[in-house]
Amino acid sequence: MTTATTPLESSGPGAGGSGYALTHLEALESEAVHIFREVAGEFERPVILFSGGKDSIVMLHLALKAFRPAAVPFGLLHVDTGHNFPEVLEYRDRTVARHGLRLHVASVQEYLDRGELKERPDGTRNPLQTRPLLDAIAQNRFDAVFGGGRRDEEKARAKERVFSLRDEFGGWDPRRQRPELWQLYNGRHAPGEHVRVFPLSNWTELDVWQYIAREGIELPAIYYAHEREVFARSGMWLAPGEWGGPKEGEPAERRRVRYRTVGDMSCTGAVDSDADTLDKVIAEIAASRLTERGATRADDKLSEAAMEDRKREGYF
Amino acid sequence: MSTPASAEERDAVPAETELLRFATAGSVDDGKSTLVGRLLHDSKSVLADQLEAVESASRNRGQEAPDLALLTDGLRAEREQGITIDVAYRYFATPRRRFVLADTPGHVQYTRNMVTGASTAELAVVLVDARNGVVEQTRRHAAVAALLRVPHVVLAVNKMDLVDYAEPVFASIAEEFTAYAASLGVPETTAVPISALEGDNVVVPSAHMDWYGGPTVLEHLETVRVDRDPSDDPARFPVQYVIRPQTAEHPDYRGYAGQVASGVLRTGQRVAVLPSGRTSTVAGIDVLGREVDEAWAPQSVTVRLEDELDVSRGDMIVPVEAAVSAVQDVEATVCHLHDEPLRPGDRVLLKHTTRTVKALVKQIPSRLTLDDLSPHPEPEALEANDIGRVVLRTSEPLPLDPYADSRRTGSFLLIDPADGTTRTAGMAGDPFAGAAGDTSPSVQRDDDGWDF
Repeated sequence: MTTATTPLESSGPGAGGSGYALTHLEALESEAVHIFREVAGEFERPVILFSGGKDSIVMLHLALKAFRPAAVPFGLLHVDTGHNFPEVLEYRDRTVARHGLRLHVASVQEYLDRGELKERPDGTRNPLQTRPLLDAIAQNRFDAVFGGGRRDEEKARAKERVFSLRDEFGGWDPRRQRPELWQLYNGRHAPGEHVRVFPLSNWTELDVWQYIAREGIELPAIYYAHEREVFARSGMWLAPGEWGGPKEGEPAERRRVRYRTVGDMSCTGAVDSDADTLDKVIAEIAASRLTERGATRADDKLSEAAMEDRKREGYF
Repeated sequence: MSTPASAEERDAVPAETELLRFATAGSVDDGKSTLVGRLLHDSKSVLADQLEAVESASRNRGQEAPDLALLTDGLRAEREQGITIDVAYRYFATPRRRFVLADTPGHVQYTRNMVTGASTAELAVVLVDARNGVVEQTRRHAAVAALLRVPHVVLAVNKMDLVDYAEPVFASIAEEFTAYAASLGVPETTAVPISALEGDNVVVPSAHMDWYGGPTVLEHLETVRVDRDPSDDPARFPVQYVIRPQTAEHPDYRGYAGQVASGVLRTGQRVAVLPSGRTSTVAGIDVLGREVDEAWAPQSVTVRLEDELDVSRGDMIVPVEAAVSAVQDVEATVCHLHDEPLRPGDRVLLKHTTRTVKALVKQIPSRLTLDDLSPHPEPEALEANDIGRVVLRTSEPLPLDPYADSRRTGSFLLIDPADGTTRTAGMAGDPFAGAAGDTSPSVQRDDDGWDF
């Protein structure tokens, strides 16, 4: 359901003033590939967090480019809330099979079934992901965990490092974070600690989309405009599903929508959109007057410091 | 399901542009947050939900107009504890360029934060208050920019509205600063008279300063030439990772993955692998799946050599005619970053490009006062935010270029071997290009064996 567009002009000798310029996408790509290779060179057991969202898809694409013609020397870890969009799960499984990757799944549902986690009154499972994530990291002794977080997403992320040290409880202490100078990343950590690594730190939402267009990367279909039954809650269009929506007094209607982010169905909202091609999506993002989290994430609206609190507890 | 984009839609799709990384320096009193807020706001990089949040926070604090400084407000932990943790990164774009702004707090921990922000910056904006002119802090900011070899410095003379937009005020500040920056070896300085509060010359040209014919701050950021010609620099290729698929399709493939740190690498080039010094020829270069004849900094590539040599992470591939001597005795200028001081006798790890080796702090000959660059001989220690000269001995030879020649291969970190803390940032060689008359090589070859 994706559309491959003509790759945007790529620079080469002759493109810039000196003849040796890079476009912003080439510079960001080179930086991210450098980060992947640093981790491959310095860590024992890295893993890529893979949600089937566009940022994790771009991460995987960069990792594939960084190591070819060899295979990506890491597996994938999906924290499954149990409230996934079916299109996204299908995409995940197809991608894993196509590239011969190893997939680890940490299931929130299993924790609920065992009584180790309790469903929240609002039905949102995003905050419940932290425990299965940290347990999966500990059980598999992952020492580097790649996340698709970008600094432009949210205030609490603006000061995040590319290499972000987490203690043995997965916690993030802003004062223990190390200054990052030049392109020298310090990944040293004590046994039991791990490092979250963010290769897309310096990318914006628009960069991600431009890169998807340039590379012709396939995405789950829900990123493009489609007809869907939705209902309104907290100013967002949510999709009905087994997760529990809609409640009484929340009438469903059919609308033409698309998703700007892909997460737990209970708190990821769709936006009204006619953008059914990559070019239209990019044009829409470039003209958008709302940030992607402001438009689509109920979990960040909980409080001004919601993301900061979740990060401290070990969230993505 | 998908339809071809119309011509209007194509026009609405932003094209690929260039990336400019820059840093800002200045205190709250100079109006730095207001300047940054205005750059973001007036370049339409602030979106409606962010502006709403700022408006509501401003109202809660009893302010009528939205306080643009709140756009760059930090973490709750900082607000509660009254501390500023570190550099915050901001992103904005115009049709001409994409910007990564390292926004460094101006007060207490300013030196280490500005050093961090400036380390990757191609341009630094230094702010002064037009009423105060060049003060001690301005000189420090200029010194940090010079020390880190930031190639372009913009002096933003702010609060011109409070000096009646008077040209002579601006001219004398600009002249004094430009002369000082030049004395430190800053190659290019541009001065712009602005009022961040009123918006004069930040994004839009001022209606109050007809006498100024130069660019606004944003126009300058959009147009300043930041690419230096890498063919002037010696090629440096630190090996990050060895790619060996060992598959039926690629049984013998052996590629060296890395980012070109300096210069241009070409197929057919005769190269040496440091520190072993063995030589070979570049057989092929892949830029992420595309075979090319040449690759330049900062491209991430994979290099294949004609001969099967023992090459691994931490080695550096260089042209035979432009090799660098590997040294174990290192003299450098450092900025100490950590609260635990650095002392002579400290055992540390030294991380240089992709190689980490043991090192000993043999001597701290001087600490530099950034206000006047005067050296203070033989300090007992370097505290956090101190700039000083150090002499180090490493356990293995390192191909260190002078930082003045190569920011990427002349820089290093000192790391605490016990807990992994990043303690100190180092730059090999002499601190200031124009300041020191001493041009003797600061790193000397020394092959004497030496162990901990």
